[in-house]
Amino acid sequence: MAYTEEELKKELETKEYEYGFYTDIESDTFPSGLNKDVVRSISKKKNEPEWMTEWRLKAFETWSAMKEPDWANVQYVKPDLQAISYYSAPKSKPKYDSLDQVDPELLKTFKKLGISIDEQKKLSGVAVDIVMDSVSVATTFKDTLAKKGIIFCSISEAIKEHPELVKKYMGSVVPPSDNYYAGLNSAVFTDGSFCYIPKGVRCPMELSTYFRINQAGTGQFERTLVIADKNSYVSYLEGCTAPSRDENQLHAAVVELIALDDAEIKYSTVQNWFPGDKEGKGGVFNFVTKRGICHDRSKISWTQVETGSAVTWKYPSCILKGDHSVGEFYSIAVTNNYQQADTGTKMIHLGQNTKSTIISKGISAGKSQNSYRGLVQVGSRAKNARNFSQCDSLLMGNDCGAHTFPYIEAKNNSAQIEHEATTSKIGEDQIFYCNQRGIDTEKAIALIVNGFSKEVLNKLPMEFAVEAQKLLEISLEGSVG
Amino acid sequence: MEFKEKLISSHLAFEEDFNLNDSVHQVRAAALKVFEEKGFPSKKEEAWKYTSLDALLQKDYALYPRSENSIHVNDVKKYFLYDTDTYKVIFIDGVYSPFLSNTTHDGLDVCLMSAALSKPKYKELINTYFNKIAPEDDSLTALNTSYAKEGAYIYIPKSVVAEKPIEIIHFSSGNENALWLQPRNLIVVDQNAHVQIIERHQSLKEHPVVTNCVTEIYVHQDAFLDYYKLQNDLLSASLIDNTYIVQEQKSHASVHTFSLGGKLTRNNLRFFHKGEHILSTLKGVTILHEKQHVDHTTLVHHAQPNCESHQDYKGIFSERSEGVFNGQILVDKIAQKTNAFQQNNNILLDDKATVNTKPQLEIFADDVKCSHGCTIGQLDEEALFYLRSRGIPKKEAKALMTYAFANNVLESVQLPSLKKRINGQIAKKLGVNLGFEL
Repeated sequence: MAYTEEELKKELETKEYEYGFYTDIESDTFPSGLNKDVVRSISKKKNEPEWMTEWRLKAFETWSAMKEPDWANVQYVKPDLQAISYYSAPKSKPKYDSLDQVDPELLKTFKKLGISIDEQKKLSGVAVDIVMDSVSVATTFKDTLAKKGIIFCSISEAIKEHPELVKKYMGSVVPPSDNYYAGLNSAVFTDGSFCYIPKGVRCPMELSTYFRINQAGTGQFERTLVIADKNSYVSYLEGCTAPSRDENQLHAAVVELIALDDAEIKYSTVQNWFPGDKEGKGGVFNFVTKRGICHDRSKISWTQVETGSAVTWKYPSCILKGDHSVGEFYSIAVTNNYQQADTGTKMIHLGQNTKSTIISKGISAGKSQNSYRGLVQVGSRAKNARNFSQCDSLLMGNDCGAHTFPYIEAKNNSAQIEHEATTSKIGEDQIFYCNQRGIDTEKAIALIVNGFSKEVLNKLPMEFAVEAQKLLEISLEGSVG
Repeated sequence: MEFKEKLISSHLAFEEDFNLNDSVHQVRAAALKVFEEKGFPSKKEEAWKYTSLDALLQKDYALYPRSENSIHVNDVKKYFLYDTDTYKVIFIDGVYSPFLSNTTHDGLDVCLMSAALSKPKYKELINTYFNKIAPEDDSLTALNTSYAKEGAYIYIPKSVVAEKPIEIIHFSSGNENALWLQPRNLIVVDQNAHVQIIERHQSLKEHPVVTNCVTEIYVHQDAFLDYYKLQNDLLSASLIDNTYIVQEQKSHASVHTFSLGGKLTRNNLRFFHKGEHILSTLKGVTILHEKQHVDHTTLVHHAQPNCESHQDYKGIFSERSEGVFNGQILVDKIAQKTNAFQQNNNILLDDKATVNTKPQLEIFADDVKCSHGCTIGQLDEEALFYLRSRGIPKKEAKALMTYAFANNVLESVQLPSLKKRINGQIAKKLGVNLGFEL
């Protein structure tokens, strides 16, 4: 191999952050609280057409009748939804004047991740001059996509420019009535991405919200819609490895994927939101609804690396509606300190000859709780459905917990379903072996954890994989004593 | 719900037989309150997600049989494991049948719950053991507690080995239109004692009967319990079985459940560990057809270090039958060096058969070995072909393979004649006569 992982790592470390950010300067913020008028105002603010306003209001009505669920294996103080402001323009004033004022812990992490100074400033909210060449990069980026006929823009733009697509698909996979947070999101979402890959097109680059040109940062109620038309392919990246300090405590995003006949969508997420401090104070609540629908012979693959957030509650799912469709789920969830994660997937087999694979790796350290919750459902018409699930948990220290809640429902006699789960700790002999060869304990643990999660890390796009690997190391730092 | 009202109002009549100030009766009254508040479980509750009692509750069940029913021994002989060589506690429509039973007070107590609850000499034992492990907030268990009156009471004193197995059989005669039975068993195996118990519920005529049974079992230090549940009832009978087992250090307890019949069967089986070096075994074979429904809900609570538990449930489902497995392993923070294993394998033979399985692990300790495996599939086509190419007809080949599939569980059955009987029943169920002993 001419281009090794080591080289790539080096490149990532030295490379300047190319794409810059867009800062929207507006001054108004809505008063906190949620009612019909607020929903209407959000819609108006975004200059949305009438049908969208109606859609939001309907979602609001549905949501009003719902109750916040409490079945997940997580404990937290329920956020007061009336105390949140549902529309606030990005801050025009930076939080800090120079990097010296930023939490040194955070800077240390940035350094380890190999993030450039400019980017560090941006991420920690320091005033920054936008890197000038971003404009040209943005343009070439957009040109390439436009040539192929790929639409990649913010959801608000899509509502205006491509109403026929949005109307047809939005809410078709995750209807507003789906769950409490999806309902809330449908009523008040302000930000998000839209992506459409035309028939027979193979998207030449990894699409990423990180690189998206127009709207910077992640909104509190993000809405993503990815449509892969017949026989197309797209790989989509979400999130970023750098720790984002976000003022919004509650994040309730909705992601909908639609893979039409013979299409393939690969959706990778790296999430590293502020997990709260060592005592478990603060931290982001991440309540996300992610679901994709597969038509005939199509494939949806979810890969996620979850290291951040105080409370994570998400189940990227696949509805395997079409015959011969394939669903995949690869996940690493790391929890440390007081973090709690209840994550997993749902594979709903409806079409014939459908296949699904679930590989879930949970690592808990400190005083954290890590749960896998998954559903494999085979409908009565889903002939020859095949599923393989594997959930492994690694425990570090005896104050943490690992839980597995798999639900398996088979209604067809030709279904073949396998599920296995193990829970273990890092063997003392393994660490001893490494120590003996001059690898200190912390490094040894990183090595073992990397080996444990290799199956999933391998599924990430190259540039993500290296960063994610480093992220794992950092997340677990100091968890061994 | 009408039947719920009936249960609550009938309790007044039930109370007439007892001294209301008695401590046992206070337990009953408290349990009734819990049931009154909670009612029957609905599908909305996580533990009852896959099993609905709604269809059962449509009928108006009689709570007390109208008259004493006697059955001739020859009619029921075939349900006994041995003719003479066992202790027997036998009930007909919930009423003790002295004629069919063979109880003892010689060295060990194999007798009646009603006697234990009312006689002063058992007072202390009842105060120590009665309703101590049954969870207070479980509505069906509370319902049983509120009507607790009759059942088997077994006490094996220190270092006694019960030389004969004990059979507990509940017959329902079919003289009532619809019957609701609530037997309550209490079993205490004292230190270093040893006992084998077989429990069975059997209706003699096709008539709707629902049994809501609660069994509390205490297995003391170094004791050994081997418990078999034989569920091969008629298609009109339903059973809700709640078994709670507490184990003290170095004790062994195993429960085998054979679910071959009945309309709806729900097995709640819970193990609680109160000492170290405990071994718990939970095994089951389920073979269903028509519209039968069996739900195995198990919980092994590892609360102490160095314990072991094994669960192995096999299910074979044909026609429109439904199987549910809901197994839970809970490992507390202090329960280091736990070794817990859980397996659930299912074979679906027909299009309309359903399996819902939910093997759960909840682990709070780090130095443990816990694993679970779960499969749903079919018989291996290649193995089937191999057998057929050697001249074994398809049906027999299938039966052989099905038998082999269930054999893991049968292997650990300690009573030879029980094993033989179950083998026979499985062969019958599979519709084959292999011409040799399986």
